[in-house]
Amino acid sequence: MLEGFNFRVILEYMPLYLQCFSATLWLSALSLLGAIVVGTIACAMRLSASRLSARIAGVYIESIRSTPLLAQLYFFYFGLPSLGIMLPEWVTGIIALTLNSGAYYAEIIRAGIQAIAYGQIEAGIASGLNYFQRMRFIILPQALGMTIRPMLGQAIVLVKDSSLLSLISIMELTRAGQLLTSDRFMPAEGFLTTAAFYLVIYYMLKGFSGGSEKRLIFREAH
Amino acid sequence: MWGFYFNELIRSLPFFLKGLWMTVAVSGLSLIAGTIIGFVWGIMRSSRNKILRSIIGAWVDLIRGTPFLVQVFIIFFILPSAGIELEAFPAAVIALTNMGACFICEIVAGGIMAVPSGQREAATASGLASFQQLRYIVLPQALRTILPPLVGQYVLIVKDSSVVSAIGVVDVTRVGWLTVQRIPEGLMVFGLVGLLYFAICYPLINLSNLLERRMTVVATKL
Repeated sequence: MLEGFNFRVILEYMPLYLQCFSATLWLSALSLLGAIVVGTIACAMRLSASRLSARIAGVYIESIRSTPLLAQLYFFYFGLPSLGIMLPEWVTGIIALTLNSGAYYAEIIRAGIQAIAYGQIEAGIASGLNYFQRMRFIILPQALGMTIRPMLGQAIVLVKDSSLLSLISIMELTRAGQLLTSDRFMPAEGFLTTAAFYLVIYYMLKGFSGGSEKRLIFREAH
Repeated sequence: MWGFYFNELIRSLPFFLKGLWMTVAVSGLSLIAGTIIGFVWGIMRSSRNKILRSIIGAWVDLIRGTPFLVQVFIIFFILPSAGIELEAFPAAVIALTNMGACFICEIVAGGIMAVPSGQREAATASGLASFQQLRYIVLPQALRTILPPLVGQYVLIVKDSSVVSAIGVVDVTRVGWLTVQRIPEGLMVFGLVGLLYFAICYPLINLSNLLERRMTVVATKL
């Protein structure tokens, strides 16, 4: 299958790939930041005493988790213009990715918070620790230890999901493979190179996920 | 205008149901095949054979590290250049089966490894052959850990099946994409698409949650 594998074409397209690689990186990074913010807010709403805001957050989280990202992406891509809102493709893409991952981050953060027994917080209060000390020494180390792996896992999912943005013609890694396929009809060179770049990101994030366990603050305490 | 488009959309409902059937067919076939292959790989991955273990581990890593869209493109565009002509439908089922199998493999291997080794030792001491150990001792216990995430994985398979619309499989997402060219109300069209996915995925998510509660209750009672 690969006897005619043309490395020269890959080299020729390398500037395009690197440009697209950085596009994937910053699109994912922006969406990741947004998703953590949205996730934190949605989680706070879901756990709040107000039944209305808990309900709204619940509907948001459930409807995102029960529908595919591609349908959500098209929903915004075709839906916003029909509301008269014209946005560049990449903004639409980041909105869709942010809202999608935000729902998953809300669930991850909720699991982390609910896993801490309330008695620990009470014990902290009884020992005379103030709010920041309780956060710093009791709650955060445990919550981070519990959630760092699923959070990094979701970050990996987000980077991979950003490949769907190529379907609304945003220039990123998968789009580079599509271009090489349509320009030169070299799908093997195009998509295997794309896959290799994604693997670089995957192994970096995975390595960080493994390394984080050795750091004291991320370690689960019982 | 909105009412007119709404009526149009109602009139093209049979088209959507056809797409829904395609989604069910693609994800159903992949789900069955993926479960069988995933269990076989998972059992191999938790076996004592080091070479087998690392080959499957490397393959799973490759699949988990690359976006599903890229995998679909690789199978659909590159296999033909190796002389294997594939229609869109079998290409979609192969890609989805492979991806599902890789994730299920990790779930199964994790479940098997969670069974205390004393169980296996006791089985060996009782003179059970290794297949009997697996069949009567290890798998029934591992199933308790495996089942909830397995159903969760089925939700992911149904959702990821939307991606195969990119190679022209006429599933619900593709139907939405085709319809939105004719009925330019993106929110309405993809709202309907989302609703159809929701109808499949939401019960599955709840089933997964229910299983998780049931299984852990049993575990703490023991």
